[in-house]
Amino acid sequence: MFELSFALSILPKLLSAALTTLFVTFASFLLSLLLGVPLALLRRTRFVFISTITTVIVDFIRCTPLLVQLFFFYFALPGFGIRISAIGTGLLAFSLHYGCYMSEVYRAGLDAVPRGQWDACTALCLSRAQSYFSVILPQAVASVIPAAGVYLIHMFKETPLLASISVVEIMFVSSEIGANTFRYLEPITLCGLLFLLMSIFAAALIRVVEKIYGKRWRRVWS
Amino acid sequence: MEFLAESRWLLLSGTIVSLRVFALSFCLAAIFALLLGVLRQSRTTAIRWAVTCWVEFFRGISTVVLLFWLYFALPFLGVSLSAEVSAVVGLGLVHGAYGSEVVRGAMQAVSRDQWEAAIALGYTRHQTLLGIILPQAFVAMLPPIGNSLVLLLKGTSIASIITVPELTFQSTLVVTRTLAVVPIFTCVLLIYYFVAVAAVHLVRAVEVRAGRWRPQVMSSN
Repeated sequence: MFELSFALSILPKLLSAALTTLFVTFASFLLSLLLGVPLALLRRTRFVFISTITTVIVDFIRCTPLLVQLFFFYFALPGFGIRISAIGTGLLAFSLHYGCYMSEVYRAGLDAVPRGQWDACTALCLSRAQSYFSVILPQAVASVIPAAGVYLIHMFKETPLLASISVVEIMFVSSEIGANTFRYLEPITLCGLLFLLMSIFAAALIRVVEKIYGKRWRRVWS
Repeated sequence: MEFLAESRWLLLSGTIVSLRVFALSFCLAAIFALLLGVLRQSRTTAIRWAVTCWVEFFRGISTVVLLFWLYFALPFLGVSLSAEVSAVVGLGLVHGAYGSEVVRGAMQAVSRDQWEAAIALGYTRHQTLLGIILPQAFVAMLPPIGNSLVLLLKGTSIASIITVPELTFQSTLVVTRTLAVVPIFTCVLLIYYFVAVAAVHLVRAVEVRAGRWRPQVMSSN
């Protein structure tokens, strides 16, 4: 049965492993935000060949499991003479996978800006860069924030996959404790609770960011 | 191609197990999603509250941790499930919670007039729900179901962590034996991709068929 004293004694270990989880989540979220931009732009270029290739690659990565991609990079990269740590492999696979998702988010965000805004830019003689940066993108961001938030939480909830390539994060530590003490109930329950608490907290945080950004824009409009 | 000669049976059996987990957990998730989605519209506040808590819990939890918990921790509470059953139950619970949002959204997309018309025609609440609202909501559910299917298919790979002998699990075995890393994993990724594409096309076909009466309804509005 669940023993509280044992659970409390392993809590510090789990919390310190949670730092790794948070680091991987935020680092790969930032990377995927960056990677999404070129992918989204490549899909919108007027060169059909490039946009088709990008579409196929993005769809392929989005339709295949992250776990297999992790294994792919973890086992295949050393064969090409590229030696990076397990965490590095994790960052690579996570930011690639979610970068593809982010590119879709950006694309949807750009498409959500009404065509009339582009026409207005043309009427005001703004250059393409000017209309992108001062008119279109700030409006696109408003619809990007909620979707990006959803993927941040998804990403966070998938970090335990990293345990299978031996990154020392919460899941890895709790299953290790389980294997050493033959008590799985407490560590894994705690691990689940930690994830639950953090993802509910993150969801609340994202709602606040959304509200603040939305408010700022409404003020600009009025 | 010689790496395939000796490993194709392992990969094939893995694919079959993956498809089985996929199909079973989809059925379970669909049942949960319908039930939760409908109950969330209940007129009793307590039921609405309980369902909301349930859905938020399973949407907030990590699938990997949940499967691990069902397989490794649950036996300590006296319930032992086999690896595959834990995977199906875990995936069903999580994706059922996600799906309930789809069901709820689709039900809310059905125009209020339909409820009013049903009341005017003297239908009971159950009759309205089963005979009028859900069939129309079903069409609106299909596009998001395509996405959810891909997510669920990708989710089945997590079952490998709790030793279900599905495609990902078998592929790591094959790789450690043959050392043909790139070809095997490419092959596995392609299998997942084709199953996902097939699932999406299937849903689209159902969508076309289920939505065939739609234009008439729209024009009469």
